[in-house]
Amino acid sequence: MASGQQWVLVEMVQAFYEAPAYHLILEGILILWIIRLLFSKTYKLQERSDLTEKEKEELIEEWQPEPLVPLVSKDHPSLNYDVVTGFVSAVSGHISEEMNLPPSHKIIVNGKECVNFASFNFLGLLESERVKLKALSSLKKYGVGTCGPRGFYGTFDVHLELEERLAKFMRTEEAIIYSYGFATIASAIPAYSKRGDIIFVDEAACFSIQKGLQASRSFIKYFKHNDMEDLERLLKEQEIEDQKNPRKAKVIRRFIVIEGLYINTADLCPLPELVKLKYKYKVRIFLEESMSFGVLGEHGRGVTEHFGVNIDDIDLISANMENALASIGGFCCGRSFVIDHQRLSGQGYCFSASLPPMLAAAAIEALNIMEEDPGLFRVLRDKCKHVHKALQGTPGLKVVGEPLAPALHLQLENSSGSRTDDLKLLRAIVDYSLDRQIALTLARYLDKEERFLPPPSIRVVVTVEQTQEEIERAAQCIRQAAEKILK
Amino acid sequence: MTQNSASKLLNGDTLHRTKQDKKAGGNGFVKNHCLFQQQQKRYRRPAEKSHHASRTLLYKKTFVESFEETPLLVAVLTYMGYGILTIFGYLRDFLRDWKLEKCHLAREREEQKDFVPLYQDFENFYTRNLYMRIRDNWNRPIRSVPGAKMDLVERVTPDYNWTFEHTGKVLKDVINMGSYNYLGFAENTGTCADTASECTEKYGVGVCSTRQELGNIDKHEELEKLAARFLGVESSMVFGMGFATNSMNIPALMEKGCLILSDELNHASLVLGARLSGATIRVFKHNNMQSLEKLLRDAMVHGQPRTHRPWKKILILVEGIYSMEGSIVRLPEIIALKKKYKAYLYLDEAHSIGALGPRGRGVVDYFGLDPCDVDIMMGTFTKSFGAAGGYIGGKKELVDYLRLHSHSAVYATSMSPPITQQIITSMKCIMGEDGTTLGQERLCQLSENTTYFRRRLHEMGFIIYGNNDSPVVPLMLYMPAKIGAFGREMLKRNIGTVVVGFPATPIIESRARFCVSAAHTREMLDTALNAISEVGDLLQLKYSRKNRRGSEGTDCFSYLESHLD
Repeated sequence: MASGQQWVLVEMVQAFYEAPAYHLILEGILILWIIRLLFSKTYKLQERSDLTEKEKEELIEEWQPEPLVPLVSKDHPSLNYDVVTGFVSAVSGHISEEMNLPPSHKIIVNGKECVNFASFNFLGLLESERVKLKALSSLKKYGVGTCGPRGFYGTFDVHLELEERLAKFMRTEEAIIYSYGFATIASAIPAYSKRGDIIFVDEAACFSIQKGLQASRSFIKYFKHNDMEDLERLLKEQEIEDQKNPRKAKVIRRFIVIEGLYINTADLCPLPELVKLKYKYKVRIFLEESMSFGVLGEHGRGVTEHFGVNIDDIDLISANMENALASIGGFCCGRSFVIDHQRLSGQGYCFSASLPPMLAAAAIEALNIMEEDPGLFRVLRDKCKHVHKALQGTPGLKVVGEPLAPALHLQLENSSGSRTDDLKLLRAIVDYSLDRQIALTLARYLDKEERFLPPPSIRVVVTVEQTQEEIERAAQCIRQAAEKILK
Repeated sequence: MTQNSASKLLNGDTLHRTKQDKKAGGNGFVKNHCLFQQQQKRYRRPAEKSHHASRTLLYKKTFVESFEETPLLVAVLTYMGYGILTIFGYLRDFLRDWKLEKCHLAREREEQKDFVPLYQDFENFYTRNLYMRIRDNWNRPIRSVPGAKMDLVERVTPDYNWTFEHTGKVLKDVINMGSYNYLGFAENTGTCADTASECTEKYGVGVCSTRQELGNIDKHEELEKLAARFLGVESSMVFGMGFATNSMNIPALMEKGCLILSDELNHASLVLGARLSGATIRVFKHNNMQSLEKLLRDAMVHGQPRTHRPWKKILILVEGIYSMEGSIVRLPEIIALKKKYKAYLYLDEAHSIGALGPRGRGVVDYFGLDPCDVDIMMGTFTKSFGAAGGYIGGKKELVDYLRLHSHSAVYATSMSPPITQQIITSMKCIMGEDGTTLGQERLCQLSENTTYFRRRLHEMGFIIYGNNDSPVVPLMLYMPAKIGAFGREMLKRNIGTVVVGFPATPIIESRARFCVSAAHTREMLDTALNAISEVGDLLQLKYSRKNRRGSEGTDCFSYLESHLD
């Protein structure tokens, strides 16, 4: 065997010597070719076509951006805002000389004196002398601005007091204040709900909730407005999904986000049923109460008090202080376990300057008034019912909303088919009323941004200051306008 | 690294290129559409952490910005510090689990124990074990005007910062180095306060409606006209909250298919606004023009990802003064880039408006540029004006569009009247329209104070970040333990400072931040500086190895020696 191998080797060497030169050269080239193929990179899958510098320059040269903003026609109906002023003693004819009334119950719109049926000044605290004095004394002590976020010397003793008072008023463990009503729920939602979590939301949810949902980057599931069956269907679907992947289900947080009184529809949420669903499907409830705080319930604590639901069953309640409290800002309240988390994670809390102390002081005084006189809420409720009743039977317009709601919507019974035309009609009614000293407003929406755009409507706001006679006059005025315009 | 840029004159015919920089090969030629005749431009990479004057004619004065490199040893020790804290954190969590240590943290309700946990454990770990140790340095309640001196409510904690109790005593006349009160308009006396209280009498405090409905008070219109004049733009609009000005208006301007180029250190509100807009976001290195230009070129050459359609529009998002770095945006270069690449520029002047520029008009004024070159001028009234809220200024078309489409105008309650009045009065004061020179004096005082304070700190041997002209002065602390120590030691010396650590800064770059104000007198600054120096010696904070006047001070090595002793 060994000799056989040797023979092969010898023969190979012999063959090498005997081979003709051209043969060797050819083989040598072939070997080199193989080596080259072995070591060279894989062939190109596609022809790479790097742009030359010149081509790049051309591309840059050619590119034309869209204009920063599309042109707005000068006579767009909502471009020129109505200018509002208060009464100066010189202007007001029948108001006594020393009065200096802010634009609240009586308001001057574009120079016309009107009764206000548009501002969310439910409890009439906008012109409260007490609130004003408290704000002024705070201004004397603290100046106007806070010059810093809460973390960096922007926490004033007034803020702590207001938080404590709000928590006490709502009977929760803790409250946290924001310096802007809109930013409250919009910051609170993404503080808890993150990518991958699931949020169940009512279709009629207001815009700030929608922004909060968007900022959270969670999965959003909309259920039909106030339709508990639809919500349960979604929750069941999720339950089935969870059973497929129990490990994943253990880390997915779920939330139901609802409003107490929907600003877009003036409907109440069915809170007791929602709480049942909460425990059945282990979902947390975030409740936005901007419209119901200081309105519903015996003491104005909102929708939880109205339904007699234990407030601890709601994980987070948020509301703004810009409606009933007639100040600026918003707050969230709930258990410390929940609320405290926002002090480091609520973007609108951490990264924004804190609420000017005079506005916090005004809110405290407004709370005082609310606590001292729970009769206010009864008066408001009666007025709401009155307005609701008085507006019934307006030709061509239907009243949308609960009789309890302080902000009702008047929608067209028969839409003309185009939103612009509908708005034009409603606007004509608003203008007609304005001429007759009733200040109303269209409910404004960003048509393209709203997830589910509510139908066009006139918003009628009830406040405790409106007298029987004024309400009758307003209802009459709207009726006349409707008869005239919507024939 | 220098990059020679080729020039292109405005008529677009002449196009000559100078030699290409070796290292910028990937970047290719970069030519600039300069406003000025010069074409030589120098950049320094911030990676060197120290850019000195860009000697370009784009700048009318020297632009000195320094970010001294973190000494290696300090970096190592800082990481070790965090390591030790983490180990102890786990240990104590273990003890808490076994109920050997009492846990003070609020607990979930019994009824909801089987719900998915509301927040993640890590976030909580950081809060429990690191933040809680030094929590007393934040949220210190104050009970006076946040002016040059303030009164703090004394707090004690019976349980290592888990809860605080107010003793009822007041720490009087603490020198305030923390509030953004650049021009000293946080006052409870004087014209601002007087007019604001008059306005409260007349208008009340709330509004209860939105701008588009019945919340458009004549005061708002007055302020908007004034602000437009102040900024030198055609038109402006004001909003009730600074944060929301960004987060609610960027989405109105940008949409899917648009590109946003955002500085890596932009404020959370800009980031949120960009995110809410649905546009694609790309981030460039802080104040780094090469990084920005590369992104711009790539965007134009490659278009949108996958489809390669050209971008609809490109928006550059920058801030005037970066509040954590103290740096000033390289606006002349950005404007040159923006013009060349036809991008739009959104300038957030939250900290710079009122605080920079000979006339207090912000960075545009500081560099002597034309406000029309910035498409969207944004800023806040919280800082220099001692009020609250924000504005957007620009072309009339832009502002008209926002009046219709800004989320804030449609859904948010408009600005409180006394706040509006405060802004009007303080702005008029800065403009000199109140018939006095008080505003101008404040501006001079601020810039004098800034220069003095920065120079002294630098001489003492601290590492100070940022631009020489920026009233935001970050002083580097680096180590987590020093955050708490610095804040407490300063308070002991009756000086209120802001200290920041992770997550507001990179993990190793914890710092203290001072905000210089025009209301600070020289004595106050001297008192503060002496205290800082004292605490700096105590805590070994004088890290700087740069040449400086006066004593050699501690460098890294003597620091090491002293630590090993």
